[in-house]
Amino acid sequence: MIRKSFLSLMGLLATGAAQADWALNMPRGVTELSAETYDLHMMVFWWCVAIGIVVFGVMIISLIKHRKSKGATPATFTHSMTAEIVWTAIPVVILLIMAVPAAETMVKLEDSRDPDISIVVTAYQWKWHYKYQDEDIAFYSSLARPSMDARRKQSGVDPNAVDNYLLDVDRPVVVPKGAKVRLLLTSNDVVHSWWVPDLAIKKDAVPGIVNETWFRAEETGTYRGQCAELCGKDHGYMPIVVEVVEPDAYQAWVDTRKNGDVAVANAAK
Amino acid sequence: MSSTVADALDHEHDDHGPTKGIGRWLFSTNHKDIGTMYLIFSLTMFFIGGAMAMVIRSELAVPGLQFVHPEFFNSMTTMHALIMVFGAVMPAFVGLANWMIPLMIGAPDMALPRMNNWSFWILPVAFGILLSTLLMPGGAPASGWTMYPPLVLQTGDAFPFLIFSVHLMGISSIMGAINVIVTIINMRAPDMSLLKMPMFVWMWLITAYLLIAVMPVLAGAVTMLLTDQFFGTSFFLAAGGGDPVMFQHIFWFFGHPEVYIMILPAFGVVSEIIPTFSRKKLFGHDSMVYAGSSIAFLSFIVWAHHMFTVGMPLTGQMFFMFATMLIAVPTGVKVFNWVATMWRGAMTFETPMLFSLGFVFLFTIGGFSGLMLAIAPADIQYHDTYFVVAHFHYVLVPGSVFAIMAGAYYWLPKWTGHMYNETLGKAHFWLSTIFVNLTFFPMHFLGLAGMPRRIPDYSTQFADFNTIASIGAFGFGLSQLIFVWIVVTAWRGEKATDRVWEGSHGLEWTVPSPAPWHTFTTPPKARIAQEAFE
Repeated sequence: MIRKSFLSLMGLLATGAAQADWALNMPRGVTELSAETYDLHMMVFWWCVAIGIVVFGVMIISLIKHRKSKGATPATFTHSMTAEIVWTAIPVVILLIMAVPAAETMVKLEDSRDPDISIVVTAYQWKWHYKYQDEDIAFYSSLARPSMDARRKQSGVDPNAVDNYLLDVDRPVVVPKGAKVRLLLTSNDVVHSWWVPDLAIKKDAVPGIVNETWFRAEETGTYRGQCAELCGKDHGYMPIVVEVVEPDAYQAWVDTRKNGDVAVANAAK
Repeated sequence: MSSTVADALDHEHDDHGPTKGIGRWLFSTNHKDIGTMYLIFSLTMFFIGGAMAMVIRSELAVPGLQFVHPEFFNSMTTMHALIMVFGAVMPAFVGLANWMIPLMIGAPDMALPRMNNWSFWILPVAFGILLSTLLMPGGAPASGWTMYPPLVLQTGDAFPFLIFSVHLMGISSIMGAINVIVTIINMRAPDMSLLKMPMFVWMWLITAYLLIAVMPVLAGAVTMLLTDQFFGTSFFLAAGGGDPVMFQHIFWFFGHPEVYIMILPAFGVVSEIIPTFSRKKLFGHDSMVYAGSSIAFLSFIVWAHHMFTVGMPLTGQMFFMFATMLIAVPTGVKVFNWVATMWRGAMTFETPMLFSLGFVFLFTIGGFSGLMLAIAPADIQYHDTYFVVAHFHYVLVPGSVFAIMAGAYYWLPKWTGHMYNETLGKAHFWLSTIFVNLTFFPMHFLGLAGMPRRIPDYSTQFADFNTIASIGAFGFGLSQLIFVWIVVTAWRGEKATDRVWEGSHGLEWTVPSPAPWHTFTTPPKARIAQEAFE
């Protein structure tokens, strides 16, 4: 009983948290590389904070102490080669410290060899098409109906009343946890960009070009993203939802998907 | 003391003053009148572009679509950017250059006065054409100021007008740049060597070379768009064997130097102002010149950092990442030199100094986010989000725009002969600074939390910061009306002395306030003028 009420309380807190679900920082994400990207982001951020404290600190001291109203008389120095060399050399060293891990992550991001699953992603104005290369599964994924109704100008629907407003689709991409998923991206019309922050993947879908990228999600869950390249009037209305599930659940999904498609095909006949 | 120098230098050429009426402005070949026209034009565009920003921020204030349709929203972001970049910031710096470069180097006028007239009067035509697209079938351009194909080819009737207006802006900029270079190289006071030039002149010289180098590239890019649309070519159309990504490379080969075109003159302005109000010479004058030149050089080899998600080879991404990080070095040198200029000075905080200090603080914050954006793996997360919007608005608004404001307050007494209202000026500064941060700082959080840019509506978790940003934007917009009031009433203030500021330095302060219609009809002795101030 106590356990049950505790669970429901936790559930309430979770919903509360979900509603005030605003964030200040980049998500750490659910892949090894998203975590590395987050760490790089934080490393550079803290370097900037440190440099900022020093530079702004000196400036603020100067602004307080070296003002005419405090009777300061101006010094006459005009240059110092030593100072110029020092404040050229120190930033170079800091940049080298940043560049090494950034380059390492970069190499890993580009290594899309030996995937477990390949999905061809084709962008359209304004929806996504997914085709699982080895599984005979293909479907369009568009903005979900509730968001579609609420998004119209002065629709009278409160966006706050819609679950995952503008971030929900009718058919999500489903992938198994732990599998290396390679995306082959292209576009049917204009340039789009496929972005899911929790996977730290953003890659342009360009007509006439097939781009490659990959991810390996380490945690099950639903991860949401959006088109990130201006693609026309409904650019804001082509979200991406990726559901990461356990491998057996994925296999079950593949089976129903295939049977479902057959059933639909039969019904059409 | 300064007035004696001025008397010695000025030969009272009142016998041929300006003609009366509209002809004075239409046919002007006078650098001061043309400078004034550039500045008024820029301020007008600043408010038109600002009004578009208010449309954007109104729509984004709360989730849901309240005021405009998505296609009009996209037109607003596109037009806001084109107008602010080509109509507000660039002409403002050309206006300052027109007014101040001849006064600073002791030249009687710009070297090519008739071309000067031409390069200004093209601009109202260019922007008249651009603004007229708002009324055209299919609406104004809505593909972003970056004009990426194939999307831009979906523009309605506005398309050829967009291309033509960009061509005109480019022609105007190129002619302005040629004029600046020829003036600086040929018309300096005889004893002013290149390394003795004021920093504003130096930074403008570098900017002018950048303009000449990259505006033709933009013209080429948009011409190829035009032929793809109307003459059956396939430069950027995959179906005909073209490559949409090639446009992005060409555009950003123009676009990255372009962002330094908008910041180098700003560096020049604050490098004039900080020494004046610190009562101390600019620290490391020569290294400032080298830093500015290095930034200009690097600007040509970093363009693809705008394209880390486009699908480049790994080695390409590495090169552009490292080259971009290097920009932090000369930019850092500039900031350190400004701080060293203030160090052990005797500072006072008149409005131009306040705006310059705001510039150094807030531009540096924009520089920090720029360094973060250089890190390619992290950029993949930041790219095309509000984090980028926050970054470039920090370097452009409290960066370039604050420097323009600082320059306007600094030289306004020289232009009008009267002191502006200092209390209102300070109010303008503080309100601008508070609201600019309220507008753009929360955008960092929005971008990191996953909000893409250029969207008319957003998921509800982004609501709070968007509301704050919208409040800030309206506050910032309204605060700028104070500036208009200050300028309009500047002629009522007390008479300005020739030197205007206690710590001012350079030839422009040797001429009377207001600067007479003709100055330096005989070349001055720059060194004598300089010594007069020491």
